[in-house]
Amino acid sequence: MFVTQISVFLENSPGRLAEFTKLLKDSNIDLVSLSIGDTTDFGIIRAVMSDTEKAMKVITEAGYTARLNDVLAAEVPDCPGGLDSVVQTLSASGISIEYLYSFVRSEGKNAVIIFRVQELEKGAAVLEKSGVHILTNEEVRSL
Amino acid sequence: MENMIWNPRMECMSRDEIHEVQSERLRAVVRRVYENVPFYRNKMQELGVSPMDIQSIDDIDKLPFTTKQDLRDNYPFGMFAVPLSQITRVHASSGTTGKPCVAGYTSGDIDRWAENMARSMTCAGITKQDVVHVAYGYGLFTGGLGAHYGAERIGASVIPVSGGNTQRQIQLLQDFHATAIACTPSYALNLAENIAAAGIKKGELSLKYGVFGAEPWSEGMRERIEDMLGIIALDVYGLTEIQGPGVAMECPVKNGLHVWEDHFYVETIGKDDKPQAYGEQGDVTFTTLTKQGMPLLRYRTHDLATLDAAPCSCGRTHVRMSRITGRTDDMLIIRGVNVFPSQVEFALTRVPGITPNYQLIIDRVGTLDTMEVQVELAPEGMEDTVRGLENLTRRIEEQLASSVLVHCKVKLCQPGSLPRSEGKAKRIIDLRKDKKNI
Repeated sequence: MFVTQISVFLENSPGRLAEFTKLLKDSNIDLVSLSIGDTTDFGIIRAVMSDTEKAMKVITEAGYTARLNDVLAAEVPDCPGGLDSVVQTLSASGISIEYLYSFVRSEGKNAVIIFRVQELEKGAAVLEKSGVHILTNEEVRSL
Repeated sequence: MENMIWNPRMECMSRDEIHEVQSERLRAVVRRVYENVPFYRNKMQELGVSPMDIQSIDDIDKLPFTTKQDLRDNYPFGMFAVPLSQITRVHASSGTTGKPCVAGYTSGDIDRWAENMARSMTCAGITKQDVVHVAYGYGLFTGGLGAHYGAERIGASVIPVSGGNTQRQIQLLQDFHATAIACTPSYALNLAENIAAAGIKKGELSLKYGVFGAEPWSEGMRERIEDMLGIIALDVYGLTEIQGPGVAMECPVKNGLHVWEDHFYVETIGKDDKPQAYGEQGDVTFTTLTKQGMPLLRYRTHDLATLDAAPCSCGRTHVRMSRITGRTDDMLIIRGVNVFPSQVEFALTRVPGITPNYQLIIDRVGTLDTMEVQVELAPEGMEDTVRGLENLTRRIEEQLASSVLVHCKVKLCQPGSLPRSEGKAKRIIDLRKDKKNI
């Protein structure tokens, strides 16, 4: 029902991101999607990986602070208004969105929006009821 | 040079008379603490010393030392030599960990403090004709109330502005025509720069005298303040445990601070725990000769300085202490507030989600000190939202605020990015030392 996301803490200083992306490359980690939330002092990398377990092992063994948590992955049509419909649905149900990011895989006509909401169960239920397909870990990784 | 002396009889007595007064007062204070403070009775019994063994000030080295740790062990009121009913005031300053360092005063102590501050402010040139702008903080910190009572004792007009709100301070300096100001030297410099930035010329203010203390400062900083404000800037010394400001005061000769020796006996203690000869640098150590509420014997300040009893051209005979040249411990002074790294450490251990590694970055932005506490994020503290990590940062800042009495900015760092505690970790980076005006 939910998708597992890895969040990694990075200091917001020159070279930190490059160190991290090099680690992913050298360890042959495949990214499904990634976003960065940042402040003056730090950034949080949020990523969905094709092999979460391996990625988590590599990242923590390299000394990074990381954690796993569940997010919602909603499939929407890749056209104007695609994002709006799901955001409106969540908003109408009073569900707050902490952050979101999206990706489109080349062969698909649909885009995937990753949502972090306070009430995951309720968010998923509301979206499914409105006809939005919520992807599982397996579905996301096989996209 | 104007040369006014508040209490010539006491401030100009001969060295022999000082010796006499100190001996008599030491005998009395030793009897008082032996009878009323279990800590001192036990310490003296351990050393095999009785009050009878103390006949003159020359017997001082038979007496035990007192340390900040002793005050902490007897927190909050265990060092008081009178019942609480006779204590009319309590002040506090930074302790080395979570608990502050407490001092209790009887009404007589407050009266003597006012006398000592009146001497100090008169020494700077202040008279009852003056308007004294007190920009030290008022509260548990002794700066504000100490300067306040001293200026009132002289009969000057006191403006109790307290700290902060620089623009309003400048407005009041202009409107009330203050002729003297008391605050930390770094705040004086901050005011001076803001006054200059506002396009106000030296001559437009009425300021003539500055009494600055609560943090060490240099000759270079004095020259800048004197030049920018067009005043005479003098150094006042004190610490809460002993009294607050007005333990010692620089005279216009600018060759050391006169320690008010009829109230405080001062020694400089060497690394061997023995009193140093005058002129030798040591740990400045005070015995309060007249305090009733919380008299202390041979209290080790950890401030390093030298003493000089040679006659001063101002006419005062009391021994002169040099500027403080350093510390024998790792205490930092941030915007006039004493900060021990152990206080920071203590606060950090109370917040889950971070490792025990930390680093303090002390800097000076403009004229004001800043302190950044860098801490490493632990896996259990990790959050996927910015808000979550900002909440953690805020929790650490709140914990620090309750332990360290000055605002610190917290910066989260990646694990492993700060020096480890093996060997001698470099936990404190004081960038102020590289800047000119400290």
